[in-house]
Order: sequence, then structure tokens, then C-alpha cells
Amino acid sequence: MNVHEFQAKQLLAQHGVAVPAGEMCDNPESARTAAEKLIASGHSRVVVKSQIHAGGRGKGVFKSGLQGGVKVCSNPEEVFVNARAMLGQTLVTKQTGPEGRVVNKLLIEAASSIKKEFYLAVLLDRAVSRPIVMASTEGGMDIEEVAARTPEKIVKESIDPAVGMMPYQARKLAAALGLKGELIAAGAKLTLGVYRTWWELDATLVEINPLCLVEAGGKESLIALDGKIGFDDNALYRHKDIQAMRDLNEEAPLEIEASNYQLNYIKLDGNIACLVNGAGLAMATMDIIQHFGGSPANFLDVGGGASEEQVAAAFKIIMQDPNVKGILVNIFGGIMDCNVIATGIVAAVRETGLNLPLVVRLEGNNVVAGQKTLAESGLTLITGDSMADAARKVVKAVTA
Amino acid sequence: MGILVKPDTKVLIQGITGSFGARHAQLSIDYGTQVVAGVTPGKGGQVFEHHGHRVPIFDTVAEAKKQTGATASAVFVPPAFAADAILEGVDAGLDLVVAITEGIPVNDMVKVKRAMEGARTRLIGPNCPGIVTPGAGKDSQGGCRIGIAPGYIHKQGHIGVVSRSGTLTYEAVWQLTCRGVGQSTCVGIGGDPVNGTSHLDVIKMFNDDPETHGIIMIGEIGGSAEEEAADWIRQHCRKPVAGFIAGATAPPGRRMGHAGAIISGGKGTAAAKIAAFKAAGIGVATTPSEMAETLLKMM
Repeated sequence: MNVHEFQAKQLLAQHGVAVPAGEMCDNPESARTAAEKLIASGHSRVVVKSQIHAGGRGKGVFKSGLQGGVKVCSNPEEVFVNARAMLGQTLVTKQTGPEGRVVNKLLIEAASSIKKEFYLAVLLDRAVSRPIVMASTEGGMDIEEVAARTPEKIVKESIDPAVGMMPYQARKLAAALGLKGELIAAGAKLTLGVYRTWWELDATLVEINPLCLVEAGGKESLIALDGKIGFDDNALYRHKDIQAMRDLNEEAPLEIEASNYQLNYIKLDGNIACLVNGAGLAMATMDIIQHFGGSPANFLDVGGGASEEQVAAAFKIIMQDPNVKGILVNIFGGIMDCNVIATGIVAAVRETGLNLPLVVRLEGNNVVAGQKTLAESGLTLITGDSMADAARKVVKAVTA
Repeated sequence: MGILVKPDTKVLIQGITGSFGARHAQLSIDYGTQVVAGVTPGKGGQVFEHHGHRVPIFDTVAEAKKQTGATASAVFVPPAFAADAILEGVDAGLDLVVAITEGIPVNDMVKVKRAMEGARTRLIGPNCPGIVTPGAGKDSQGGCRIGIAPGYIHKQGHIGVVSRSGTLTYEAVWQLTCRGVGQSTCVGIGGDPVNGTSHLDVIKMFNDDPETHGIIMIGEIGGSAEEEAADWIRQHCRKPVAGFIAGATAPPGRRMGHAGAIISGGKGTAAAKIAAFKAAGIGVATTPSEMAETLLKMM
């Protein structure tokens, strides 16, 4: 699960990480009021930041023609005008895809006087099953590009989970970023706060890009100018406050519906829907559709031991995708009874009045009875003997 | 014969009184596996009965091991309690703990891995189908089945199978069995980003196992475990290896069902893994329908 920048900054602030003063607003009037407050408290400029779950907002373009999802303003009226122009509009960035995302929330924040930008992130190092903290002097850049072009500019500290991140490790990173004097301690404190946010909240990623050296009233300090946090879905049960931050507007409606049935569904761009049991087999089914010249419309894992009800629910979900021109069901019924699955398929097809080509490949436990159920159903479905046979048939049916 | 478990391996089941654990305890007993104990805290002294088999239940793994001589465990407890259950098996000094549970928080597994450093116990999983060493009987009965894999799809023989995915493992095993080719041991290492045993760990065991003559390795997007295994195979493996990588069509940044199946930061792509396989001389199945065929052509 992901959260918005304003939520990530709230969580970081709770763990002692300095973030700019600001608040979330969902209408132009409250944006103006928030800006007035910031200016009254001594800030000379205010930033209006679109809140969507995607990066590249600053360089994004609204479908209305407005350039930039992040605007620096010098008075409350300008904030009001920009907020009005952004809210309810669709922002397209390099991460949203051409369809873009509707901006429903804005972060109204004090602008900072930036002297230097850094990068800081905490993630899991899968190779050693330990957390790793990464920092770079190349702040504000795409870190993947930095890693590819100048890997020496990324410094890393591996964390022993038995003791957590030690202060010396945070100081080493601060020193490697070129910080001096009091800023070493400030940088270490901030880094430890970011690490604790990652560990205590069961995050998969905490990324501060950029982390900024700013100046105010002749005094330098470090501040998290942006913040991105992704959470481990498996651990959300112990973080009710984070569950409450879920923004359903940022998720595809069909994916939300699927999650209500404990189904793993991800919408893709193709026209052949797939319904499969098991994540590995579901990925492999998408791959084999593409191998035979087709294009998968979705990833859908009904689980290793799917029930008749789940199969029926899954059918209804994939049928709602208007791009779908054919369906491939690929079930390896190891323990579960293929006849139960076949019965579920027949019921779902009847109930939904399916009129698209449907190819079914069933294998495993009680498969003969399952195939008989399909054959005697009177439904015009195509059976596949193997994954390859089924994939070929569905591609042919869709392109015919 | 095979690796990790043999037909006479004594198995205990943590969570035997839950519906999931009970169902698969029954199936393992039917398969002929030596299920000698169950563990459910608070239910010690009770008996799990199935088809005339009476499996004693204990409050702790340590007691179960002491009383029955069990050396391996299957963990079926819910995700929130699974890390504790795994470490209880480690503390009891079991040789093998197989964690079937899906949905364990990643940080719990980070702690488990750290706590297991230097321990004698091997962990398989979590979020895995488990292990099967097929037996000599009808439908491979008489073997050792720890976990949730369907027993009857197996056949005793000489191919080792290792995979992150459950149903894709069954697919490969079934392709072999349908061609009359049996398996030495089939190991599902699980789809989570932090797991106890890697592809490479299992490949090394297969390489050393005289009963294993060829290997099928199934991987998927995310992480770099397949690349590490491929690199070792290139330098050291004396047996033919065929492989398949799932997720060539998966979009970056999205978790494809398995918590570990995600392309992040441009890393963990199917293309990179397939390239590593090819560089190591691993036969790459171009579709998942050809996993067995690809290996058999190499043998």
C-alpha cells in the first residue's frame, strides 16, 4: 500500500524527521487560508503540490493544458488560483501513464531556500535479508539513473536487525554526503528517524528525494522536502492508523473489488483476460498468451485453493473490463476438485451471460469429471489440453 | 534418495488443529508420510485421528521432538504467529522447518533470518507449497510430503525440481510424470522476498545428490536469487539444468501476487534472469508448457 506525500511527511515528522510546515487541502478556499497562515508565520513563498500516488509531478502536465503539478507562489491569491486550476483536473506524469490521475488533494507548504539537495532511502536488501540505508549527493535526480551512471555517488549502510541502525552508521552517511560541523549530528538524527519510520511502520520503502540543506535566517538545517513511503501489505493488520490512510481514488476500481474477494487482480492493457490459480502460474499464463501473439488484459490469481464462489467473483470482475475480447481460464487443481471449479465456471458464465470466446484448461484432481461438467453444460466454450494449446486457441479466437 | 527429506523422515505439524493444517496433515498421512506429532499450544494430550492413525498433540515443539523423535516440521499457523512458530522449531533443534504460511510480514522474516544465523535448522519458505520426496507406491505413495502439494502428481525418479511458485511447480512435476519421468525431490522455496532457502541452496544439494540426474529450476521476477544460482551453475554444476522464468509480461512496480514478485528500480526483470540462465548453459523453456521437454532434450 502507498500513501500520499502529505501522509508520508506526517509519519516522518512523528519519527523526528524535519519536514516543511504545511497542510493538506481539498478546496481552493482552504488552500488560500493555509497559505495565509504560512505567510503570517514568516514564510515568504508557498508551494502548491498535487497529491497523487505517482512521481514526476513537477514536470507533469494537466489534461487542461496547465503545465506542472507543483507551483511556487508568492501570495495567497496565487495559491487560490493555482489550487482552483489543479483540483479535479487530471495530471499526467511519466509515472501515471497517458490516462493520468485526478488531483483531489493538494499539499500547501512553506517554500524553502535550498542550498543543496541529497537523496536518502531505506529499503530491504533482498540479497542479505537485511535493511539497507542508501544516501547520495545526487539529490532530486532519478536514483536509478545515478546507480547506472555514477554508482560511486551512492553510499550504503547495511543494518543488523538485531540492534537496528546505530548512530555511527548514520554519522558515516552524513559525513559521506559532505556535511560538516553541527550538520553531521543533524543529518544523523534525521537519518535515524527515517530508518525508524521504515522499521516501526513495516514499510517496504521510505524515500526522501530530495533531502535538502536549507537556509533560514542565516542558519542552515536539513529538511525532507519530499517523502515517499510504501507499506508491506502483510503487516497492515498491526497498523490500523496506516490502513486508514488508504486512498481508494488512487486504486483501479476493479482492483478494489477484487481485493474484497481476496483475489489478486492487476489490470493490464491487453484484451485477453486470464483467470488462474497461483501467482507463478498466473504470471506464466500472461507470458504464454504474449508468446503466441496475444496480449493479456490482467493478472488474476484466484489462490492456490480457490473456491467456487471466488471463481464466480473473478469472472464478474474480468468481464467488467471493456477491453476484454476473450477469456482464458487456466487451473491446475492440485488438491481442489476440478469438478468444483468447472461447476463454478458454468454457474458464472450462465449468470453473467458471457458472450465472448472462453477457453478453459483444467488439469489435476478429478479432471475427467470437471471436463464432463463443462462438455455437458451446453455452453460454447473451448477446451485446451495444455497451457500452450489453450493459449493458442484463445489468441486465435480473439484475433479471428 | 532425494534431498532434505526421505520416506522415513519423522514429521510434526505446527498448527495441526487448524482447518488448513488438519486437512494437509490428513493428506500427508494418506500419502504415507510419517506424521508423528502435532503441536498446538494448550491442546497437549489430545490426539489427532485419521483413518486409524493416532497422532499425539503436544503443547510445545520441544516436547513433541523429545517424545517422538521428529526431525522436521510443517508450519501452518496464521501469519501473525508464524515467525514465533518457526523460531520455536529452530529452538527445539529440528533439522528442517517448512513454513507454508502465506502473508508473514517481511520484517518478521528479517528478524527470523537474523535469529537463525548459526543455527543447525534449515528453513524452507515461507509462503511455499513445501517439499515432496516421492515414494515407490501407487501415485508415488510412501514418500515424504511436507506441505500442501498434491502427492499423486509425483513419481519416484531422478529429476530435482526447485521453484518459488506452487502451481507452477505442480505444472512442471506433472509434465515430467506424464512423460514417465520421476522426481528425486521437489522443493518449493516460496514467493516471499525473505525466505529461508534460496534456489542456489537447493541446486547445491541436488548437485551433491547421487539420485538426482537433472534439475528443473523455476524462477520469477523480483530479486536476484535466480541470477546467483545461474552464476554458480555456470561454474560448478555437473548436471543438466532447465529453467523457466515467469513474469516476462509483468509491469514494473507492481507486485504480481507473490510479495517477492516485483520489478523495482529496474532490477529483477525476467529478461535479466533469462539472460543469466542462457549464459550459464541452462536450457530455457520458452513457454511454461515446455519445462519438462526442455530438460529431457538435454539429458
